[in-house]
Amino acid sequence: MDFLQPSSWHEALAIRAERPDALPIAGGTDVMVELNFDRRRPGALLDLTRVGELREWSVEDGGRVRLGAGVPYARVIGELGDRLPGLAMAARTVGSPQIRVRGTVGGNLGSASPAGDAHPPLLAAGAEVEVASAARGTRRVPVADYFTGVKRNVLEPDELIAAVLVPTAAGPQQFCKVGTRNAMVISVSAFALALHPDRQAVGTGIGSAAPTPRCAPEAEEFLAGELDWAARRPLPEGLARAFGERVAAAAAPIDDVRGTAAYRRHSLAVLARRAVTWAWDDLRRAA
Amino acid sequence: MTTTQTGARTAGRIGDNAQRPDGTLKVTGEFAYASDLWHDDMVWGVTLRSPHPHARIRRIDVAEALAVPGVSAVLTADDVPGENAYGLEHADQPVLAADVVRYEGEPVALVAADHPETARRAAARIRVDYEVLPALTDPRRALDDDAPEVHPGGNLVRHLRVRRGDPAPTAPVVVSLDFEVGMQDQAFLGPESGLAVPAEDGGVDLYVATQWLHVDQRQVCLALGMPPGKVRLTLAGVGGAFGGREDLSVHVHACLLALRTGRPVKMSYGREESFHGHVHRHPATMTYEFGAERDGTLVYARADVLLDGGAYASSTAAVVGNAGLLGLGPYRIPSVAVDAYGVFTHNPPCGAMRGFGCVQAAFAHEALMDELAAAVGVSPVEIRQRNGMREGDRTTTGQVIDSAAPVAELLERVAAMPLPPPLETSDLRNLPGAVGNTTHGEGVRRGVGYAVTYKNVGFSEGFDDYSTARVRLQVVAGEAVATVHTAAAEVGQGLVTVQQQIARTELGVERVVVVPADTTVGSAGSTSASRQTYVTGGAVKAACEAVRTAVLQRAAVALGGPVAGLALDGDKVVGAGGEVLAGLADLLGDDAVEETVEWRHRPTHAVDPETGQGDAHVQFAFSAHRAVVDVDVELGLVKVVALDTAQDVGRALNPDAVVGQIQGGSAQGMGLALMEEVVVADGHVRNPSFTDYLLPTILDMPPMRVEVLEYADPHAPYGVRGVGEPPTISSGPAVAAAVRVACGRPLRRVPIRPEHVTGT
Ligand SMILES: Cc1cc2nc3c(=O)[nH]c(=O)nc-3n(C[C@H](O)[C@H](O)[C@H](O)COP(=O)(O)OP(=O)(O)OC[C@H]3O[C@@H](n4cnc5c(N)ncnc54)[C@H](O)[C@@H]3O)c2cc1C
Repeated sequence: MDFLQPSSWHEALAIRAERPDALPIAGGTDVMVELNFDRRRPGALLDLTRVGELREWSVEDGGRVRLGAGVPYARVIGELGDRLPGLAMAARTVGSPQIRVRGTVGGNLGSASPAGDAHPPLLAAGAEVEVASAARGTRRVPVADYFTGVKRNVLEPDELIAAVLVPTAAGPQQFCKVGTRNAMVISVSAFALALHPDRQAVGTGIGSAAPTPRCAPEAEEFLAGELDWAARRPLPEGLARAFGERVAAAAAPIDDVRGTAAYRRHSLAVLARRAVTWAWDDLRRAA
Repeated sequence: MTTTQTGARTAGRIGDNAQRPDGTLKVTGEFAYASDLWHDDMVWGVTLRSPHPHARIRRIDVAEALAVPGVSAVLTADDVPGENAYGLEHADQPVLAADVVRYEGEPVALVAADHPETARRAAARIRVDYEVLPALTDPRRALDDDAPEVHPGGNLVRHLRVRRGDPAPTAPVVVSLDFEVGMQDQAFLGPESGLAVPAEDGGVDLYVATQWLHVDQRQVCLALGMPPGKVRLTLAGVGGAFGGREDLSVHVHACLLALRTGRPVKMSYGREESFHGHVHRHPATMTYEFGAERDGTLVYARADVLLDGGAYASSTAAVVGNAGLLGLGPYRIPSVAVDAYGVFTHNPPCGAMRGFGCVQAAFAHEALMDELAAAVGVSPVEIRQRNGMREGDRTTTGQVIDSAAPVAELLERVAAMPLPPPLETSDLRNLPGAVGNTTHGEGVRRGVGYAVTYKNVGFSEGFDDYSTARVRLQVVAGEAVATVHTAAAEVGQGLVTVQQQIARTELGVERVVVVPADTTVGSAGSTSASRQTYVTGGAVKAACEAVRTAVLQRAAVALGGPVAGLALDGDKVVGAGGEVLAGLADLLGDDAVEETVEWRHRPTHAVDPETGQGDAHVQFAFSAHRAVVDVDVELGLVKVVALDTAQDVGRALNPDAVVGQIQGGSAQGMGLALMEEVVVADGHVRNPSFTDYLLPTILDMPPMRVEVLEYADPHAPYGVRGVGEPPTISSGPAVAAAVRVACGRPLRRVPIRPEHVTGT
């Protein structure tokens, strides 16, 4: 197996186009597991860790964070907790310290697992994935359109993920993840919430409860319409619960070895109810 | 001769926290585990396993696999020269499946190649033509008339009846329940590994991680058709065992490949193969009933225990023995009716695991004790104290307990320990769900639960349980050195340390070398049943005493006085007052004094086949746990806040090691209560990896308070009592009880899953 190590983004895209049999590898925390279990036998590995551009983040005009695909979770936690609190909370739940030092948001998107923990907060924040190819240049895909099936995404064979563009939080964000132990666990269900008081909107993201990560648009609209954005008075009786039920209704979970469909739905309702309560309290305190 | 007083006694004797001789190597990652075995010019062996729980093998075509460059051998059942059968109690398990496969993961063929990856790819090219057969996967159907037979002769492995007292008892208070326990894995960190080296005499030397070298040797010889002299085993570095290495794994396979290729052959499982490559803890289905007086005093107990043995016998019969003979817990019960069954199914084979039949039963009898407490209106501690065994009581098999049985005291001690502070929500890591950020205190209820157990130590029911130790004392470069040689498997528990401590104590020397365990010395029995400190410790002590007697007799002759009053200390012969009479260097010169002793504990006896009555056990060990849990009752997530325990260990030969056993065992029991389960559906293992077979992490395991009691057993060497298993038995039921208290649901199955707590 060849090990290809481009040192620039340009070179990486060129190799990607030339070697369709080369599997990109960033932190390797998914790729190495696949190789060890003999689930994949790629002709080559395309190592992206020498591509400096991927390992940087910056703030764009308009206040969006451009997060390089190769920035590991540990840095998201350490450097972006204020701008991207939802993503940082999710990053904190990923694996163990070792995994958080290696694993990247780009890799999470590359794997596109329904259980990927970065996905719900990116959905809730309304992020875009920036992908690129040598032949066609760059395109930006809203994260809600990015996932196409279980562990599948919109990437063409010659494309790589360059970055993810995440609006800086304008209001409180929450991320909650249920697992059957208290650390190092793949989520049984996960929920992300972002309040956007600037545009009086609500963002959501559901993990591990459908073939792909997904939003709960109906729940978002319902909540955005019911919240007292102007006076920020306490949540009316029953609103959080009604929101939770709508979030649960948006899921399409299955029974598997990690949990049952019924429990996944139930837990989403609880998580969404709690998350909105905390987020709204935060917003009121901030006022 | 001048006399001088000796200084301080030798450090590192029994009762001291002597350091492990392999401790530094293990902590720095330099210890050679079996998976590190290496030999120049070795080849790698891999196993092809059945994908079906039950199928007939019509044909195996190995031609394509053999044609892969780098492959040196492909073997099937036809290549087994001896008997194609092995097993701990019954040789019913083929080395390689011949005509039928009986569980998913059963070995069918072997490949040797110059690289493990080559061997794996070649194995994938072996064409096995299977005719899939209906599988029996529900143990409750195993004894039905129309159930498919897993082996000719029926699906019953063992039925044990225990009957005592009134055959038709009645009582004013009756409580009953059904309980189910899932399949737990030993999950030792070092997967199965071994290296077989063909020898010039036509035999083979096998280096392997195991629990009992001699019982392995017997089975390997049978399969290879060779005498014991030609099959020599040496213990390789063992990364945990917990019962999962009692049955053979790579042993015969590696030897077959080595003898065929004439090359050293290494085999080393990955984690997924390990899940298929060893037996698990038996899943259990149980029905229990207690009858009691209005004050809670037990009048009778009934129990029906069904253990799923899977496809082969392994140690199912002995596990049934334990579940039947000990499965009512450490209580005084005048009338008893227990039926314990072990059955064959096409599920993965089950066998030995820490706690051995008592673990499953304890979940049922402890849950029922809490029911009884509630029914008569006393506390869980009181009900157990009221009924708890005491020294001199008879067990349910009529055996008199002839050393300490401090059930009431153990409970009193755990109940008296300070409770943890109330829920503290400022750090998510203290909450159920931890950094998953699932609660900030909402829905969290605290529960406290208690459990107590007793467990037999050593082999029971008349088994000839012994160990062999060879001890040599000689002077090397002016310093006395004791060498201890046994075949006892150090699996991480610290037996090597204890052997050194015993030799220092008995021989008064500082330097003790424990040489590698192998089959050139007699059997030490298994590293299981909490028995090695007792039995091999007993053998080492006896061998040391024999050496000491010989040395002191020499000293008496040399000194021209009586033996009486002489002792060994600090490399010297000393008199009754501690005065130095002779140095060992002068006394022994170049001579070595060596003694080999085969040592047995008191005999045990088979039980009556109709009533299960008899003196089946040599010793009982008792422990109690108190668990404190915070449960998010809306999400069903659990945080164990405290898991405190008291245990009688007779005598703590190495107090740190004792506490280590108690902590590890408690974590393992908690794991079964909350998360550890091999999920088997239609005979297929659904989660053969640590991604989905969840073990407790540091955030799941609370700090523990451990109180160690030392009521010496007058019948045991130094008064020791087995330590390793009781914590695994009483911790889980205490955790389960605490979760029940917190959420108010009956929870009649473990592991408790979130959806059981929430009822969704
Ligand atoms: C012990 C352990 C625990 C884990 N726990 C969690 C957890 O709690 N939550 C969770 O979500 N995940 C978890 N994971 C999975 C994994 O860590 C994450 O998915 C991580 O985000 C992967 O990132 P990586 O950089 O290691 O990706 P890699 O393994 O390097 O790559 C993953 C995939 O993305 C592709 N890829 C990587 N970079 C690019 C790019 N720039 N362009 C196009 N394709 C690309 C690769 O080809 C591959 O298909 C765990 C993994 C392990 C081993």
